[in-house]
Amino acid sequence: MTITQTSRPGRAGRPTRPRRASGSYVDKAYPLWFHLPGGIVFVTLFLVPTALSFYFAFTRWTLFKSTFIGFDNFVLFFSEPGLIGSLRNTLIYGFVTSGAKVVLGMLLAVLLSAPIIARGYLRSVTFFPVLVSTVGVGLTFQILLDPFHGVVNQVWAVVLGIDGPGWLTDPSIALLSVAGIDVWKGVGLATLIYIAGIAAIPHEYFEAARVDGASSWQVFRRIILPLSWSATSTVILLSLIGGLRSFDLIWTTTGGGPGFASDVIASVIYKQYQAGFYGLSTAGNVILFIVVTAIIYPLSRWLNSKETSL
Amino acid sequence: MSFRTKGRWALVAGLAAGTLTLSACSPGSLGTSTGSAAPSGSEAPAANVEITLLADNSDQTVTQAQAMIDAFNATNQGVTVKLETRAQGADGDNIVKTRLATGDMTEVFQYNSGSLMAALDPGTNMVPLTGESFMGSVEDTFKTAVTSGGEVFGVPFGQAMGGGILYNKKVFADLGLQVPKTWAEFMANNEKLRAAGIDPVIQTYGDTWTSQLFVLADFHNVTAAQADWAEKYTANQAKYVDEPAIKGFQRLEDVYKAGYLNKDFASIKNSQGLQALVDGTGAQYPMLTFVINSYLDLADDAAENIGFFAQPGDDAASYGLTAWTPSGLYIPTTTTGEKLDAAKKFLAWVATPEACDAQSAASTPTGPYLIKGSTLPDGLPAAVTDLQQFFTDGNVSPALEFLSPIKGPNLEKITVEVGSGISTAADGAKRYDEDVKKQAQQLGLEGW
Amino acid sequence: MNAMRPATRWLVGLAGILLTTAVFLVPFAFILTMAAKDPVEAARLQFSWPANFQLWENVVSVFQARDYMLIIAFINSAILTVASVTLMVIFGSMIAFVLDRRRSRLNLLINTLVLAGLIIPPAVVPTIWVMQGLGLFKTLHGLILVEVAFGLSFTVLIMRAFVATIPREIDEAAIVDGAGPLRLFFRVIFPLLRSVIVTVVVVQSIFVFNDFQNPLYFLPGNQNATVQLTLFNFQSQAQTTYNLLFANILVITVPMLVMYIIFQRQIVAGMTSGAVKG
Repeated sequence: MTITQTSRPGRAGRPTRPRRASGSYVDKAYPLWFHLPGGIVFVTLFLVPTALSFYFAFTRWTLFKSTFIGFDNFVLFFSEPGLIGSLRNTLIYGFVTSGAKVVLGMLLAVLLSAPIIARGYLRSVTFFPVLVSTVGVGLTFQILLDPFHGVVNQVWAVVLGIDGPGWLTDPSIALLSVAGIDVWKGVGLATLIYIAGIAAIPHEYFEAARVDGASSWQVFRRIILPLSWSATSTVILLSLIGGLRSFDLIWTTTGGGPGFASDVIASVIYKQYQAGFYGLSTAGNVILFIVVTAIIYPLSRWLNSKETSL
Repeated sequence: MSFRTKGRWALVAGLAAGTLTLSACSPGSLGTSTGSAAPSGSEAPAANVEITLLADNSDQTVTQAQAMIDAFNATNQGVTVKLETRAQGADGDNIVKTRLATGDMTEVFQYNSGSLMAALDPGTNMVPLTGESFMGSVEDTFKTAVTSGGEVFGVPFGQAMGGGILYNKKVFADLGLQVPKTWAEFMANNEKLRAAGIDPVIQTYGDTWTSQLFVLADFHNVTAAQADWAEKYTANQAKYVDEPAIKGFQRLEDVYKAGYLNKDFASIKNSQGLQALVDGTGAQYPMLTFVINSYLDLADDAAENIGFFAQPGDDAASYGLTAWTPSGLYIPTTTTGEKLDAAKKFLAWVATPEACDAQSAASTPTGPYLIKGSTLPDGLPAAVTDLQQFFTDGNVSPALEFLSPIKGPNLEKITVEVGSGISTAADGAKRYDEDVKKQAQQLGLEGW
Repeated sequence: MNAMRPATRWLVGLAGILLTTAVFLVPFAFILTMAAKDPVEAARLQFSWPANFQLWENVVSVFQARDYMLIIAFINSAILTVASVTLMVIFGSMIAFVLDRRRSRLNLLINTLVLAGLIIPPAVVPTIWVMQGLGLFKTLHGLILVEVAFGLSFTVLIMRAFVATIPREIDEAAIVDGAGPLRLFFRVIFPLLRSVIVTVVVVQSIFVFNDFQNPLYFLPGNQNATVQLTLFNFQSQAQTTYNLLFANILVITVPMLVMYIIFQRQIVAGMTSGAVKG
């Protein structure tokens, strides 16, 4: 499941298959038109719009007519209040959520792979939030985190004796609070991927470690961590892509606010779209495209090279 | 576009298996509500034309629209109207714009009057109603708000509203406070309220739109100071960073800086703000009067106890109200033939006092109707009476959105920032001036 | 991993139960209690047992709201989810199969596109524009195809790793028996993909069923509402009916919960047997 750029004939753990000489005979069994049904949908509704966005980003656009205006949209986008802030917020949000999911997911997975009591229950419970829609989660936490009437701060006030912070209303922590909710919602999926990764580690390794009298930490450090690396890189990439593009949770909890304090690129794009500035919104899309690609592409190459060297 | 034909053919082929058959059985409309049951069927005339009205989904709109539709359907003119609802706010704007753009609008639709309506490009998208006889019974105030390029496009639905300050009369009476006529008096009242342990001004940034009131409702004061401000503004010659318009932002900042807000202003919502107002824990709430119906049930004495005054400016002599005309009902150009005739029949009926009475019967009106000859029932909430007084005195200016097509999409975010001390009034005003520039350019206005 | 003393097993298990219950279950309990309150009590937003337990009444009102909109929405969401996930599985496994089995100059391109599909944020407005041109905008099958287009990359990625674990000898035996490509794939290979299909179905169903943004923009209109959009019924500019809002959240979460409970074991199995092992 690792996000790989190249096709992978010789990945670790799987011997390279010798190609048959009679390629054409075998190829008949694998006709290229199998790519067509999915390919057509993908090209029409994803690739073509993406390509078009590179034209419409340079126009003032009402859906019926577009006027070419050069780089004006990009200039405007960068002078949009808070865009620089939203760029920074996008990066913070992406890296914080992804980092937390990697670490917490790994810890939970190790715990939930151990023979503890109520393992099935615990596995289910950590996965439950994944099943609720983002809108539902957003609305629920908006109320739980209400600074004066919410459950969290009422408990906080009782335990610490002072008023709790305005989780979603204080501009300095709003973004991190949303990131926290995102982690709450998404850590179950990361855990699941890790559990699968750990379960795939051949049993002999653990047996050998036990015979050698290795400590739990050593087992974790020397066996689990390196051998579940492909799960780790999957979690990093999936959660980072999701985090950088994330918008619906931010939108349902803070709406990018207070003011512009938790705006990310995706929410700025959305606001321009709502306002009917289609060209401008599409320019934002192009910017987000560049930001995400510039981060993910080299990262996935690096993770991949790391994986084969382990 | 070569990919189109190719794409369509292939899609059909690819989908023949499952999708089309599945979605073909998509339910059109399953439920039939008792209220909207149309008198179709046996006794309806043979040539019964069914048209649909698209309206926003606020309780007030749905209740009043449904009441009006039921009353109209009962008149049996061979037309049956159905109600469809859509989201409110920016999502709703988007739905209306997209459906007009794609030629997919219902036969009649409800939408704001003023600049939002002007942004729909009425010249191409809507049927002009200028020559229709029923337009004679529509008040001129409303007609100006739905005129674009010399043509009139809509009839009013619902009631006019005011932007200003709702206040708790009992609290005012207990502390011996008078309704302020100037901003200085307003601030002096606030000081006394705070000394008495009552939150002077309620703000509710959990619903960001409520943060705009100090700026929007100050517009009467702006016009009073400079009569042609809106015109200059549209022509890119007047700015919010300058006097007199910056005052609105300034007032928002003043109230925050003086510490007059409720402590939970950043998170609570409109309904909680109204609750605080009727409970008397907060004394004043800058609001639009359409919320009046929402607080009536929150306390037994809410109807009499909550009053309304316009946002005071610097000069008591020019004290007056900033008012919003009601939303309008419009016919898109995609409605043609007998549907168009049916739609016009419906609008003609909407422009009668009977239609207003039907709305009043369904829910308490929150301001005057802009239909000639219509009257408001007796026993209205105090705030409605207070509001009505401004109209009776003729002491009313239309809000900026009826005079200029420019309204920046980020105003409510900017006012939240200014109102919670994240940025200053000057910065906020400057930011808003930049924000409106995009809108002006998108509309293709002169001078931007 | 197995070297845990019974005492530790209990201790760790108990600590885990307490912690996860507090962190993960309290919000659910909150949703449940809010959904069972009367409107006045719910408006206080407190975490308490409902004084006046009326879960059933609230659920009934949620279904009746706005002309039984929720029922229509459930049917729409069911069609959307079933159709788009079915197409994703069929199209995705076909691509994954040929991609793994056949060396072709196309493979580099396809791999790049799969990666691009994962990374690139969809360009919403141009997509609307294209859909209008094709007459797909504002139709349920249009939205189905959009979901397929956006979800295909992930599907191909998971499936390809799994297909690689199926021995080629199976193909060869079938080819020798005279099976054509369609029979080879749909009769021989496809059934072997069962466990990864379960994983894909669960993951993508959750995604599509819970999707909020795409239906809002590619399928506007009340008659086309999907379940996520019904949440807005109980939030208007002036008033929010919290008890009904939470009853609605509860009701629309149940289908995914049931699906998860049924397939719980297979999901991990599906991921383990091919996907993550690589």
